Amino acid sequence: MADVSLRKVIKRYDDVEAVRGIDLDIADHEFIVLVGPSGCGKSTTLRMIAGLEDISDGDIMIGGDVVNDVPPKDRDIAMVFQNYALYPHMTVAENMSFGLRLKHYPKAEIKARVTEAARLLDITDLIDRKPKQLSGGQRQRVAMGRAIVRNPKVFLFDEPLSNLDAKLRVQMRIEIKKVHQKVRTTTVYVTHDQVEAMTLADRVVVMNKGRIEQIGTPNELYHKPATRFVAGFIGSPAMNFIPCRLEDAGGTLRIRLTDRIAFALPPARAARYNALPRSDRLLLGIRPEHLSESHPHLEPGVETFDTVLDVTEPMGMETLVYFGLDGTPVCGRVNPNAGAKDGAPMRLAMDLNNMHLLNEETGVVL
Amino acid sequence: MSTMAIDKAGPSRKVKYGSMSRDRAWALRWSYFFLVLFAIFFLTPPVYMLITSLKSSAEISAATNPWWVFHPTLSNYVELLTSNQFLRFFWNSSIISIVVVIVTMLISIPAAFALARMKFWGSATLATGVFLTYLIPDSLLFIPLFKMLGVIQDLTGITLLNRWYVLVFIYPTLTVPFCTWIMIGYFASIPKELDEAAIIDGASWLQTLLRIFIPVALPGLIAATIFAFTVSWAQFLYPLVFTTSVDQLVLPVGITTTLIKGDVFNWGQIMTGALLGAAPPLIIYAFLMDYYIAGLTAGATKG
Repeated sequence: MADVSLRKVIKRYDDVEAVRGIDLDIADHEFIVLVGPSGCGKSTTLRMIAGLEDISDGDIMIGGDVVNDVPPKDRDIAMVFQNYALYPHMTVAENMSFGLRLKHYPKAEIKARVTEAARLLDITDLIDRKPKQLSGGQRQRVAMGRAIVRNPKVFLFDEPLSNLDAKLRVQMRIEIKKVHQKVRTTTVYVTHDQVEAMTLADRVVVMNKGRIEQIGTPNELYHKPATRFVAGFIGSPAMNFIPCRLEDAGGTLRIRLTDRIAFALPPARAARYNALPRSDRLLLGIRPEHLSESHPHLEPGVETFDTVLDVTEPMGMETLVYFGLDGTPVCGRVNPNAGAKDGAPMRLAMDLNNMHLLNEETGVVL
Repeated sequence: MSTMAIDKAGPSRKVKYGSMSRDRAWALRWSYFFLVLFAIFFLTPPVYMLITSLKSSAEISAATNPWWVFHPTLSNYVELLTSNQFLRFFWNSSIISIVVVIVTMLISIPAAFALARMKFWGSATLATGVFLTYLIPDSLLFIPLFKMLGVIQDLTGITLLNRWYVLVFIYPTLTVPFCTWIMIGYFASIPKELDEAAIIDGASWLQTLLRIFIPVALPGLIAATIFAFTVSWAQFLYPLVFTTSVDQLVLPVGITTTLIKGDVFNWGQIMTGALLGAAPPLIIYAFLMDYYIAGLTAGATKG
């Protein structure tokens, strides 16, 4: 068990900077998820913590010790790979105990640890099988077992669920969370799947183009994104960004979306945005769930407008509706019984209490 | 509309489109035709050798049907297998081939591992260079090699020419480059995560090689072993050049030099010797073929 710190960590490949000066503090027992699109540097960061990649600049500390030049085997970490990387010629038990056998642990202790890990992961019956006799989910459990038996300071997961089908992924996600609740080892988990990030993490680190965009709890990232990238990356379907500008009308601050549509801002929002220059090119960020069907008893701050739907997608518990506002495609979520139909007009309600206002040029959430 | 028209015309005109089973049947017929053709082509010489080996010298020179044995005899086998000379050739060949295989593997496996996995400056060029050396024919190499052995003898007084064990040093020039090349290919096909997992598990490079790479790349290792053994066993030019005394000869050279006296060919014994000489590689192939074909990497990663 240990905390992990990254100080201005840089990774250069020839003249390309894959990771551009990352600062990150991971507390003991914490479950941190690095998330971002492919090529954002999240896997490189993980591999640098593991010691599989040299760092070009900066410091990495595990348990307070700088480990820049410590080889992977002496960092006391365990890693789970995307494609499992099980040793094909060894049984499950041999796979799990390989690291302990290399360190010459007593046989009895190896057996005890393997048995305990197998019980924890529910693979006791598979202990004598070879990897090729296992399904994808079972192989991933063995890979996790191999990490657990070592009882390392840090667990590193590199997109461990990407090779599994959707149903199994959900199941294994819960398994991973359960395992972490039991063993409480500091964990760094890399994924490109924002749902995985949100569901597993104590804190999520959103990365983009080699930099950290934002670090926060899943709820913070969802409700208080710092940048357009984070706002658009977290949440599915993604947040809508509608070009808009602020205007004053009779002492109230209004937000104008189209020639036809302008809403008065709720008082709290008006106070927050009042100082902004009226000429700024802005984006209204609004999540689909805050764009729903209109009904007679609307709360203050919820404004209605009429539109014509392009496409509807019934999902069962909700229906996604797609329409355009001056050419900008917008997505909303309505009740399946609200009568949304392809090509039909509909009155929608926008909850401005949950709006975000972004600077179009800088992408910063205001 | 047009689709309808074709549907209506279909049954009456009985147009037969190529069905999978018909295509497959024809493919099989052609395969069998060529397989039988090649089998006849390649099996005729050994069958002829077997027939001749069972004949006496008199019957071989008699003007009878050469494809039939009228008076079968095992005298050729008895004579060869009781001849100290022939057994000596056999012994020389066996020892040399086994030692060459061991030497080759001891050099090729670490070399291939280093070239495939430890990315160091010039490793790719070196890998290509290893293969290029294989392309130099032995008929070009034997003269400089002969000169080198002569120089060594002059400088140190160690006699290497006309000693069977000199071949243990010479053959690896043929086997090491090719075996290294094969092993590079096999090692490169092992997913990189496998050695990364081993490294994180605490394995050194040597442990990774011995406990992960060699077991996983066993089919490749066996292919390389078979190759090295076959090359050493069948090598003719080098032993012909480097060894001359009868007790230093290996099987292929021994058979041709002792059983052909001037223009007198002892055909029965030559054929017998050739058949007996072909037996060890054949037995090795038969035993190792299953391993050779079986892929062991299944299950390492997502299949």
